[in-house]
Amino acid sequence: MTDASLYTVRTDDPELKDYFNLLKPRVMSLVVFTALIGLLVAPVGVHPMVGFTAILFIAIGAGASGALNMWWDADIDAVMRRTAKRPIPAGKVTPGEALGFGLALSGLAVIMVALASNLLAAGLLAFTIFFYVVIYTMGLKRWTPQNIVIGGAAGAFPPMIGWVVATGSVSVEAICMFMLIFLWTPPHFWALALFMKDDFSNAGVPMLTVTHGHPSTRRHIFAYSVVLAIFAVGMAFTSIGGPIYLLTALVLNGLFLQGAWRIMARDTEMALADDYAIEKKVFKLSLIYLFLHFGALFTDTLLKSLGLWGGWI
Amino acid sequence: MIQVEHEMHQRRRGRNLGVGLLLVGLIGIVFGLSVVKVTLGHNVEKFDHVRRPMLEQTE
Repeated sequence: MTDASLYTVRTDDPELKDYFNLLKPRVMSLVVFTALIGLLVAPVGVHPMVGFTAILFIAIGAGASGALNMWWDADIDAVMRRTAKRPIPAGKVTPGEALGFGLALSGLAVIMVALASNLLAAGLLAFTIFFYVVIYTMGLKRWTPQNIVIGGAAGAFPPMIGWVVATGSVSVEAICMFMLIFLWTPPHFWALALFMKDDFSNAGVPMLTVTHGHPSTRRHIFAYSVVLAIFAVGMAFTSIGGPIYLLTALVLNGLFLQGAWRIMARDTEMALADDYAIEKKVFKLSLIYLFLHFGALFTDTLLKSLGLWGGWI
Repeated sequence: MIQVEHEMHQRRRGRNLGVGLLLVGLIGIVFGLSVVKVTLGHNVEKFDHVRRPMLEQTE
């Protein structure tokens, strides 16, 4: 390093909000929500301070994996319109800073979850970060069109971790919540990929739309939606389900299946004619789908705990 | 005229203040968690290379 470089002033010094944006705040909000519900629907009570700390650091762990994802994917983020304004491609944060930030927060988050709750929850959080960064980001994402199918598992762990924070073990209910997000991820992302195709192909990400074309992606969306619907409705009959959840699942999955069917029944020409209206509608529906399902799980638990109508037992 | 405080320093002050507040928050969380863990009544005594009557099961 020369003396001159020591005194070089960076006019675009990163601000706190740039580091915050590295954590993918919107993904974090979903993580907070699902992890919190996982914790609240568990049959074991948790001290509010323990619960707060665990959820906060589960979210920070998820955010840290987002920062590590941005560090690795900076080259393709710069190519895609949707991601070009992220802190690294925008020149606000250097890749090295993002790497250090992500690694430090990952370690802190895992240690804090271990201190607040138990080693299994901390281990699951560590595995989630590893899975998202190494298995999905570094491996699957640029290698196989099934990237988001397997990578979706990373986003499915938070409610399971929330449950383990409370109970100390993994049970059928935790696996059910995991499966709900796991099966929801492919149709959610493929609906997006249908009307964002150019971005993914420019970046060289082998999205199903790019490798197998739109007709195949449309069939995949419908097939996954059928499996998702069966699973989502079936979950109503577990110990965390109840009448509110059953009603929510029936309505939402009915709408989702209808949308998926309409997506499968049309081709690119028809989609172009109305600017992918159905695909965009299904994508928007998929955004509220998870919030409402997990919200219904919580409502049933709340009603049950108040001794009101809710739950089956 | 020599400008004593560069605009960069003003921006960095805001960032440093933010980091400081986050660190104070972290200390608060660790402290609060410690208080809760101790008052919850879990056994905080662990093996320490000497005989600990408290850890031995009563028959």
